[in-house]
Amino acid sequence: MSLNNLKRLLACAAGVLATLPGLALAAGGEKNALNMPVGVTDVGRSIFDLHMIILWICVAIGALVFGVMFYSIIYHRKSRGVKPAQFHESTKVEIAWTVVPFLILITMAVPATSTLLDIYDFDDAEMDVLVTGYQWKWKYEYLAEEGENVAFFSNLSTPQSEIYNTDDKNDNYLLEVDEPLVIPVDTKVRFLVTANDVIHSWWVPELAVKKDAIPGFINETWTRANEIGTYRGQCAELCGKDHGFMPIVVEVVSKEDYAAWLGEKQEQAAKVKELMAQTFTLDELMERGKAVYARNCLACHGARGEGGVGTAIAGSAIATGDIGGHLNIGINGVPGTAMQAFGGQLNDVDLAAVITYQRNAFGNNMGDLVQPIDVFNYKQG
Amino acid sequence: MGDHHHGPAKGLSRWLFTTNHKDIGTMYLWFSFAMFLLGGTFAMIIRAELFQPGMQLVEPAFFNQMTTLHGLVMVFGAIMPSFVGLANWLIPMMIGAPDMALPRLNNWSFWILPPAFLLLASTLFMEGGAPAAGWTFYAPLSTTYAAPSVTIFIFCIHILGLSSIMGSINIIATVMNMRAPGMSYMKMPLFVWTWLITAFLLVAVMPVLAGAVTMMLMDVHFGTSFFSAAGGGDPVLFQHIFWFFGHPEVYIIILPAFGVVSQIIPAFSRKPLFGYDSMVYATAAIAFLSFIVWAHHMYTVGMPVAGELFFMYATMLIAVPTGVKVFNWVTTMFRGSLSFEAPMLFAVAFIILFTIGGFSGLMLAIAPADFQYHDTYFVVAHFHYVLVPGAIFGIFASAYFWLPKWTGHMYDETLAKTHFWLSFIGMNLAFFPMHFLGLAGMPRRIPDYALQFADFNMVSSIGAFMFGVSQLLFLFIVVKCVRGGEKATAKPWDGAEGLEWTVPSPAPYHTFSTPPEVK
Repeated sequence: MSLNNLKRLLACAAGVLATLPGLALAAGGEKNALNMPVGVTDVGRSIFDLHMIILWICVAIGALVFGVMFYSIIYHRKSRGVKPAQFHESTKVEIAWTVVPFLILITMAVPATSTLLDIYDFDDAEMDVLVTGYQWKWKYEYLAEEGENVAFFSNLSTPQSEIYNTDDKNDNYLLEVDEPLVIPVDTKVRFLVTANDVIHSWWVPELAVKKDAIPGFINETWTRANEIGTYRGQCAELCGKDHGFMPIVVEVVSKEDYAAWLGEKQEQAAKVKELMAQTFTLDELMERGKAVYARNCLACHGARGEGGVGTAIAGSAIATGDIGGHLNIGINGVPGTAMQAFGGQLNDVDLAAVITYQRNAFGNNMGDLVQPIDVFNYKQG
Repeated sequence: MGDHHHGPAKGLSRWLFTTNHKDIGTMYLWFSFAMFLLGGTFAMIIRAELFQPGMQLVEPAFFNQMTTLHGLVMVFGAIMPSFVGLANWLIPMMIGAPDMALPRLNNWSFWILPPAFLLLASTLFMEGGAPAAGWTFYAPLSTTYAAPSVTIFIFCIHILGLSSIMGSINIIATVMNMRAPGMSYMKMPLFVWTWLITAFLLVAVMPVLAGAVTMMLMDVHFGTSFFSAAGGGDPVLFQHIFWFFGHPEVYIIILPAFGVVSQIIPAFSRKPLFGYDSMVYATAAIAFLSFIVWAHHMYTVGMPVAGELFFMYATMLIAVPTGVKVFNWVTTMFRGSLSFEAPMLFAVAFIILFTIGGFSGLMLAIAPADFQYHDTYFVVAHFHYVLVPGAIFGIFASAYFWLPKWTGHMYDETLAKTHFWLSFIGMNLAFFPMHFLGLAGMPRRIPDYALQFADFNMVSSIGAFMFGVSQLLFLFIVVKCVRGGEKATAKPWDGAEGLEWTVPSPAPYHTFSTPPEVK
């Protein structure tokens, strides 16, 4: 029997079982939701059905076992003057309650196997996205068959003032990013998942995708969203201090919108290339640098450069020392610490801007500036 | 031979140099209770921070230290030593032995514990703070990216492992060699059986944990790359090794509680345990299966589908022997003559709530569904349902059941029942809503959360505070019982069976200097 036939058989069995009660207590994302979201994928639907089947089997077994127990608790009390029976073994009964649960388990294993084989069917993906986990943000790279690869980072956009309770929290508190992943509807999208530093896990409940992002290895997983919408998730594997602050937002859009969006992103990528050849004034670099700093540096080095997980930038020997040393740290990071190598994460314009910003903000009034060409030259050695 | 009935030495040296199984058992129990309060304090900090959305009390880095230390202290400091304490007190008396087989080793295995936990707690005050990679300390977060305190932590784990291995060897030697004439294996009380099997598990897996942390030490200080892909290693290797230890570990924590419940349920049902033989076989089957299911903690790491299927099927199989045990307990109660003193209340709650934890465990075993449950609060709910009303309620049940034997006094039944109901309600309030949180998408180990999770988190925190405060009542009850109270007879429970009830209460400093005859 071929694998496909086996899968079809298992799917039929799953279908029969799925006609058992499939009660959805509440949809996902709602306040005080009680149950798993059904989501917007076929895999998500079969996982949800599986979840409900097992839940109801457990409820039935529980009702039976606890029923007998509560019957005894109520009717076989010493205070009612009950004389205890003395029976204490029965091989037949023991065999029965070994075999029957085993059979129940087999009926659970059949649909579970079928769903698992579906999840592991990576064939025929229509597009690939490389997802890389960083402490503490995600990078998405669209692996294009032609034209520019589009790549960007997706950072938490909830302001610190909401986290530290000085402002009211918005509805998408901690589940919002500066730039979401955009994918087309009704398209099998394969995700190649990896990490840059520690292990992360990329999880979007409504897309029924959770895969660990492991540094040095590439995992694959996929989804095919049936509905246009915005779906939110979070990193699911403890990855250090800001594990709770690296959400995932996926916009599922129509195929046309996706094509338009991708075209725009590719244009932007080309524009950044142009910018790299330009020379900027101090003010331009400071303005751009401030935004880059807020997205990439602030979490560790503090809003005023005062330090935290990272060292202080205000008055630091690096930010007030030789430009070459500053470029080195920014581009290559400090191996073995949380200070990442930003050379591969930020484009040359952003790197030049943020280094200029660090040298001139927080009272470090060095007055010098770094141009994109300096970054480019430094990288070339 | 000198005087058979000499009493304990006076003063501090009694406790420092003692080789008496009862003294050592007492020290283990008090130490584990102290650790229970310490680990509980960490839990209170966690629940206070999670009371509302937003960061209020602690910083995220410190929050991670709290979750890490809470897990480590509860598993290695509270639950494991308390069961070793129970084993020390009870196993020699249950098998009619005068003491443990290796009394000096026994002293040593206790006394290396307090310094180890002192060291672990001291990491809170170190530069960079305490370990913060979770009690599962996955590499490379726990190696390349860890604070310097990881070295101290590795040293602590080595000491704890040493203590557990020595304790286990002692229990195995005692059970195999010191049983009274006529006490065949299949006549041993189930607590002795479950501990014997637990001890074998410990001897098998603690060295594996020692290997894992030694590899971490090498990676951190000596430039090896066991867990770093950049040097040819693999971060997932750490998880395989850790869970090869970690899964048997969860049975190490629960099996002795199975034993305790298997003795308390018949005592208060006034009816023999149903299916003694099948209980023994089921325990052995669970222990065997625990070695071949470790990767069900790792369904999302990207294993090949064949591996996923193997670990899913093997894990589901555990439901069979576990079911047998639950059915046996319920059948023991059926047509008994039940009364509900505090030990029985805790034992019955154990069966109900542990079974609920077992159900969620079965759900988690289903690999495709686990892709949604994994690393969410659903998992947190699951393992707290097996550990709190499982292991901890098992320990409370034992404490109330044997306190009269240990102290010679009856505990205050009204207060004990109050303690039960407060713990029962608090525990369910704290952990049941976590099922909903996890299903709705709240990841575990986060210091702050989205707004839709706010209400259940608040309920959970209130329940946790209630459970936490109730444990001070337990302390009061025990102290009160030690200091005085109604005199206990040799056998204060009319349905209780076993050799420990044939000696006076409190049990004399030396028991069974002459072995009893077991028919």
